[in-house]
Amino acid sequence: MYHYDEYDRALVFERVAQFRDQVQRFMGGELSDEEFLPLRLQNGLYLQKHAYMLRVAIPYGTLSATQMRTLARIANDYDRGYGHFTTRQNIQFNWIALEQVPDILQRLAEVDMHAIQTSGNCVRNITTEAFAGVAADELLDPRPLAEILRQWSTINPEFLFLPRKFKIAICSAAQDRAAIMMHDIGLYLYRDEQGEMCLRVIVGGGLGRTPILGLQIRDGLPWQHLLSYVEAILRVYNRHGRRDNKYKARIKILVKALGIEAFAREVEQEWQHIKDGPAQLTAEEFQRVAAGFAAPAYQRLDDADLEFGTQLSLNPAFARWASRSVQPHKVPGYASVVLSTKPGLASPPGDLTAAQMQAVADWSEQFGFAEIRVAHEQNLILPDVRKADLHALWQLACEQGLGTANSGLLTDIIACPGGDFCALANATSIPIAQAIQARFDDLDYLHDLGEISLNISGCINACGHHHIGNIGILGVDKNGSEWYQITLGGAQGKDSQLGKVIGPSFSAAQIPGVIERIIATYCAYRELDEPFLETLHRVGLEPFKERVYAVHEEAPTCAM
Amino acid sequence: MRNVIALQGGRAQWQQADAWTLVREPGEPMPAGPLIVPLACWIAQPSHEHGLWLGPDDDAEPLRPWLASVPLIAVDFPSFRDGRGYSQAYLLRTRLGWAGELRAIGDVLRDQLGHMRQCGFDSFAVREDKSVEDALKGLGGVSVLYGRSVIEPRPLFRRR
Repeated sequence: MYHYDEYDRALVFERVAQFRDQVQRFMGGELSDEEFLPLRLQNGLYLQKHAYMLRVAIPYGTLSATQMRTLARIANDYDRGYGHFTTRQNIQFNWIALEQVPDILQRLAEVDMHAIQTSGNCVRNITTEAFAGVAADELLDPRPLAEILRQWSTINPEFLFLPRKFKIAICSAAQDRAAIMMHDIGLYLYRDEQGEMCLRVIVGGGLGRTPILGLQIRDGLPWQHLLSYVEAILRVYNRHGRRDNKYKARIKILVKALGIEAFAREVEQEWQHIKDGPAQLTAEEFQRVAAGFAAPAYQRLDDADLEFGTQLSLNPAFARWASRSVQPHKVPGYASVVLSTKPGLASPPGDLTAAQMQAVADWSEQFGFAEIRVAHEQNLILPDVRKADLHALWQLACEQGLGTANSGLLTDIIACPGGDFCALANATSIPIAQAIQARFDDLDYLHDLGEISLNISGCINACGHHHIGNIGILGVDKNGSEWYQITLGGAQGKDSQLGKVIGPSFSAAQIPGVIERIIATYCAYRELDEPFLETLHRVGLEPFKERVYAVHEEAPTCAM
Repeated sequence: MRNVIALQGGRAQWQQADAWTLVREPGEPMPAGPLIVPLACWIAQPSHEHGLWLGPDDDAEPLRPWLASVPLIAVDFPSFRDGRGYSQAYLLRTRLGWAGELRAIGDVLRDQLGHMRQCGFDSFAVREDKSVEDALKGLGGVSVLYGRSVIEPRPLFRRR
């Protein structure tokens, strides 16, 4: 992974000192709440229902064992012994005292980490997919350009007070596991016919209260122009994006208002002024950064491992886990492993205790090259595990509650922290997730159902990405009580789609039953091993609506 | 204006004798001495004596023919959270080639001065209820600039 040099390190330490001073001035009354707000947000600090929450950046979801141990220590020393991994591949600590934040940031800086721009109306953490560099279907490694973008967007003075937050994702694989269609800018990296690295640029995607898939603004952009092109988009957005209404301030609204052609013309015009200037990337810089992502010292192994094969045939529980959690690797004899953070009632989706973090750090050294990834689905990934070690790793993961064989299945629920923590939420998310997980606790049945994504957001801000879950659950407020709206048919990846609302909302108590009836409908119409989404496309929403609401005619539903 | 910090030869100084008067809404009679008037007013009555200010939405392009005669250009920050002024400054400096005094006015606060300086502002009318001495500490910002800016057009990768 990329290692900080003296510039990177100087920046994070200076930033800690700067924020320490700002915290002191705020606590001393020199800075008002309003003046302090964007300063703390741009250092990852939110004020939630009960306490401050600190969101630490994990650039493109990559962590070293040392960094993970630091997170574990922070969880123990400054929080309540756990942390929450997010859909943007970051980690959040939910019980933080303001006066301790500078010390936490200092500890992070000591291991090349920070919380810069994990919130606020600025360019946020650059994301890519969790299997970058190792996925069998990868075209090119997206991480060097992700790191180059991270650096370029960090404290970029012109773009720190944008109309609204700004999210950029990059991917380069047959499958889009970075959800690039849902980003303010989505980048797809590939080689053109001449073998040159090029970018397809998607703009104006996003979830929230106006879910829109991004639109292509340019194809075949030579990689050297990445920074100038993104700069042109940001300048057009910074100047012309709406600032009168925060719900209409994302770039997607500007793109929609102008139309993609007119928006593209504005960007092109701006870009013409800067495209061949000093922002043009050099091969030297690319090589310098790419060197940080050079492949580790893999052993030469046979792709088929006898020990692994034997264990698969002897141990059905292991085989079941392997069928979901072991992902193909581009190096023979290796695999990537998904550690599920969704055990059900034992802990909320995405949460890890300090002890679990320590254990994952240990395993990353024992079974890999001391590297850990955070997936968009809030699970953790060990990217480089020898197949011969999978069985041993599985046993350890089970002991630590990280061996649930549900990756990609119905109970691999993406959920925001919801009303238990978040001041914005209309409704709770975690109890809903856990009630569904409790209802569907039969692993054989879950495996039989196959891949189904279920995403829960506690409010319209859509941090749980409910729009792109095959089943989406959205918390809504109706006269002060909590209701849940269901969408079906959302999907992420290359065939991204936004789910459709099936009808009136339900109470929390009704939700597990509603999900059961949705699944029963699927089972009734499913042909052979047809995946959920395909059955839904084939038969349409109607049979689902009929079954779900037939039972509920007499029950109170909410007309929203 | 009170509370003006200016960069001169790279050094920041409190301009205690700043002679400019900011005119937000021109009326009759106008104050005496050099004024900073809205862009539209200035264009209607170009003057070597008076400067002008741009709102965040104003298009600076019509100024191009007049740049030789304007003594000062100011850019307004209606709120310190409104970042349009940074792009205004960028465009004035790099696209229009404005080399004269560029002053930040409005909600100008210590913690943003470093960003403003990077974007080409060389004078700062700090909000009048704030201490100038205190604000001076904000001009440095963070010393590492990864990307580029008006005062450092080369990204770090060309300076390493």
